Amino acid sequence: MNHPYWVAFSSILYKEVRRFTRIWMQTLLPPGITMLLYFIIFGNLIGRRIGDMEGFNYMEFIVPGLIMMSVITNSYGNVSSSFFSNKFQKSIEELMVAPVPNWVIMMGFVLGGVARGLACGLIVTLLSLWFVELQIHNIFVTVTVILLTAIVFSTAGLINAIYATKFDDVTIVPTFILTPLTYLGGVFYSVSLLPEVWQWVSKLNPILYMVNTFRFGIIGYTDIPVLAAYGMLLVFMSLLMGWALYLLHVGRGLRS
Amino acid sequence: MTKALEIRQLRKVYSGGFEALKGIDLDVAEGDFFALLGPNGAGKSTTLGIVSSLVNKGSGTVRVCGHDLDTDREGVKRSLGVVPQEFNFNTFEKVEDIIVQQAGYYGLKRGLAKARTETYLKQLDLWDKRDVQARMLSGGMKRRLMIARALVHEPKMLILDEPTAGVDIEIRRSMWSYLRQLNAQGTTIILTTHYLEEAESLCRNIAIINHGEIVAQGTTKALLKGKQRSTFVVDVRGTLTEAPNLDGMNGRLVDEHSVEFDIDREQNLNEVFARFDQLGLDIVSIRPKTNRLEALFMDLTTTTQETSQ
Repeated sequence: MNHPYWVAFSSILYKEVRRFTRIWMQTLLPPGITMLLYFIIFGNLIGRRIGDMEGFNYMEFIVPGLIMMSVITNSYGNVSSSFFSNKFQKSIEELMVAPVPNWVIMMGFVLGGVARGLACGLIVTLLSLWFVELQIHNIFVTVTVILLTAIVFSTAGLINAIYATKFDDVTIVPTFILTPLTYLGGVFYSVSLLPEVWQWVSKLNPILYMVNTFRFGIIGYTDIPVLAAYGMLLVFMSLLMGWALYLLHVGRGLRS
Repeated sequence: MTKALEIRQLRKVYSGGFEALKGIDLDVAEGDFFALLGPNGAGKSTTLGIVSSLVNKGSGTVRVCGHDLDTDREGVKRSLGVVPQEFNFNTFEKVEDIIVQQAGYYGLKRGLAKARTETYLKQLDLWDKRDVQARMLSGGMKRRLMIARALVHEPKMLILDEPTAGVDIEIRRSMWSYLRQLNAQGTTIILTTHYLEEAESLCRNIAIINHGEIVAQGTTKALLKGKQRSTFVVDVRGTLTEAPNLDGMNGRLVDEHSVEFDIDREQNLNEVFARFDQLGLDIVSIRPKTNRLEALFMDLTTTTQETSQ
């Protein structure tokens, strides 16, 4: 592939991957340690007392959710911190003066985030093998849903970084929005355990759809219709990418 | 004249309401070495920022090497190399990686990017620092790194916003020599600088901008020729207690050994020497009080400031 756009895209992606692998102790190791603790404490120690969840061993039930949680937070965090650092150090100007279309910039950063999300997801998956025997129920669903989720959250991280004017701004969304939505997104429980009204409220949480569809891919159980999750993921992806492209086009937070 | 840069009625009002550019026109010929001068906040960086796509323009047109910024921004970007005023690279990256990366953004495949990186790092005396993180470089090296980065795609026009700010004299001179060489090879160079001696020494054409308006534009020689009055300082042997009477030259005592005076273009220095001779004062040395371009710059920017107040 010799097209200049392809070369530019590869350069951005290469730089992004090199960035998170160079600082692997900050980017790849912590999610592994955190999830290992979840497996030990929630899955092994507390999980034994909980018993089965919807006919599955509790550890089996939570593993897909924890893998997804790791993919979501790392895809988002990678793009938001990398793009904001580029803004902060002004090295984003290297891209702004170069003949790189906005969609190439967006795809470069987003796929950088996807790469980190999937790398962390893989680490967590490998760690989970110490505790459960994973069997993939539907490989197509497993792969596509995790990929689409990583794309959606990487794009959201990019939008966050474009708007951010200080480092605090890139931590507010993960702390106050992403983490609560993930915890309430059925990672640790089936929504069928909740009273009807809270089941309805939970279904407004997009992360519930992602976690459940991924769980369906791995163990074959879901609280929500899988097709609805795909529809929602595609709609979110289109809307967020459109939004990110618009912000790059007008130079929001980049050009005065 | 084939134009490397053509600006017409360029205006820019920032969101706070500050009018940075009030409809400027500017032409830079292909192959020129051009200086855009002006005091801080005059509109130099805004102009160059718009040309290099770092600032959104208000209205007006900008053409770079025949490419219109509104209809062919990519063509404009391919024709340009930009060296900004502030360091704008990832300081944790290695020197070589920064340049190879930038080459990639311009579509240069890795092999070619690495070869060009070697060429320009060698030309700018940074090759032995290629594996060093950029944050470890001195100020002068960082500036040269930005020049190498701007040249890696071999642009037709190079924009340098205060390239020698904070650089010691030796490195400044070597940068001048490199830029002259680059210009001689056909690259159009536009620079802004606060060292007016630099502009006078390097540039064939200059424009002076003040309060968002171009107040003078032309060849450096012609603009300097137009300057009516110059101030000189004379050091004399012996001690002076008062300023000597220098007919019509407004002699002023600087200290007990020095006098300064103003001389019109029509007058010549022989008259001064004769007058000092008449007064029995031995001249030890004579020098212009300021660089000629600096004096012109002060005249123009001070006049427009007074007019605008």
